[in-house]
Amino acid sequence: MSGETISELMASLKSGKFTFTGELEPEKTTNLNRYVEAAKKIKGYVVACNITDNPQSFAYISSLAASYIIQRDSGLETIYQITCRDRNRIAIFSDLLGASALGIRNVLALTGDHTTLGDTPHAKPVFDLDSVQLIKMIRRIVDEGIDMNGKPIESPPKFFIGAGANPNAHPIEPELIKFEKKVYAGADFFQTQVVFDIEKAKNFLKETSKYNVPVIIGIFPLKSYGVAEYFDKNVPGVKVPKDLMDALAKASEISDKNLRRAKYDKINLKYFSNFIKELRGTTSASGCHIMSVGYEEIIPLLVKAAE
Amino acid sequence: MIITEQKSLEEILRMLESFRKVFIIGCGTCATVVQTGGEEQVKQMAERLKNSGKDVVGAVVVETPCDARILRRDTRNFKNVIQSSDVILCMTCGAGVQDVVEHLRKPSIPALNTKFLGIIEHIGEFYERCRACGECILHETGGICPVVRCPKGMLNGPCGGMYDGKCEVGGYKRDCVWVLIYDRLKELNMLDIYRSYKPPRDNSKLNVQPRDIIWVKN
Ligand code: SF4
Ligand code: SF4
Repeated sequence: MSGETISELMASLKSGKFTFTGELEPEKTTNLNRYVEAAKKIKGYVVACNITDNPQSFAYISSLAASYIIQRDSGLETIYQITCRDRNRIAIFSDLLGASALGIRNVLALTGDHTTLGDTPHAKPVFDLDSVQLIKMIRRIVDEGIDMNGKPIESPPKFFIGAGANPNAHPIEPELIKFEKKVYAGADFFQTQVVFDIEKAKNFLKETSKYNVPVIIGIFPLKSYGVAEYFDKNVPGVKVPKDLMDALAKASEISDKNLRRAKYDKINLKYFSNFIKELRGTTSASGCHIMSVGYEEIIPLLVKAAE
Repeated sequence: MIITEQKSLEEILRMLESFRKVFIIGCGTCATVVQTGGEEQVKQMAERLKNSGKDVVGAVVVETPCDARILRRDTRNFKNVIQSSDVILCMTCGAGVQDVVEHLRKPSIPALNTKFLGIIEHIGEFYERCRACGECILHETGGICPVVRCPKGMLNGPCGGMYDGKCEVGGYKRDCVWVLIYDRLKELNMLDIYRSYKPPRDNSKLNVQPRDIIWVKN
């Protein structure tokens, strides 16, 4: 993370400030107004916001187009997610130049979920590169100004390069080695998958702090008991803690809609502000990535509550 | 071994619809071992076709139908009967079928589906182990092939879809091959290889299709 500061996210992490990032998941649409509005709401509380690239292999609007429009119209800096699932190295390279020309400065380089998981399982999975190779490719584009074949790029792009990591991985050793590979390949920062169990986050940070690369821990405020149940059942390796689950279950029984909403918010604020405070106070975490898809209104409240 | 599966009789009859006189060629190598095109299966097929009203004019199990020399040798004595037939039903892999067409110049029909290059645990239990990628890297992976066994073809470790040592593809039933590779290399005291960066594969060789090898004399 040396050299010229090229994005607000980079500036924030460089300054050592505990940094919040958010996430938006534009779906099957050409109208991004709702996401632009959401971005405006969380601006000032998060420094930047991820724009997902066909998450879970559902075919949605291009993350490049969405990253550009949301950044332009909301003023919130975006983190352009790019996966290896649908594009070979030629297409990725060309999208990266395009992204830079459009003023995108942060990228998150991921392998991507497998095509068979999504709504178009008959598609051909590409995976020409894996995430480590993609990170290395971007690093060389940025640092050396050359493409994969060593050919020079006129006005090479500048990117702040992010990588994914999974503190819930089991076994964890192969994941830790992969983390190291991503560091050596040139990752500037990491954002992790969702963690509920603070001990998992702490253990992961203990193992990865020696690399001195910022790690932003992913959390997922649960909008309702239904969301929590879905998460618990369908996201392998992620267990919603029992006390949180119980509290949400109890809140789901409140019949008045507004009271129920208020209760859900209160439960989330309590659980996650404690989580964040503990992360900030006792670990090397550089920040928190709040993945609150469809529940953006919690972000300002949560960031204030965690102060 | 090339692992094949027999097509259903129904499908075979559909392909044979416009033909009456059938000559059958089996395979004495892979399809014999896998029990899809050996002596026994050829005999059974002849019976089934007769019962379905076809005229089976002859049959032979060629030792290796994918080897043009052996194909010619083993069919020499059947020249006339093959000439008199309308069609050849090939109980061989796809390479065998193509060799038959090329050298015997008769309409030829595949009786088998060619599935993969694999190993035989028992008869009836076959596992894909090689995709003939042209650039073998088994020395870097503890002898476990990620090209075949990782649906994303990862080369630098498990993806985020691994949980509990299992793969996200197919609902966490199969082992994540990168965990197997990790365990194997650890056991062999070769974790340094695991740690080392693996560059993207060179697809240029694979992209020139079909691939062929022609020895050049110096
Ligand atoms: S790496 Fe795998 S697919 Fe390629 S040649 Fe070796 S075993 Fe076959
Ligand atoms: S879970 Fe393992 S085997 Fe499955 S796609 Fe990911 S790395 Fe490959």
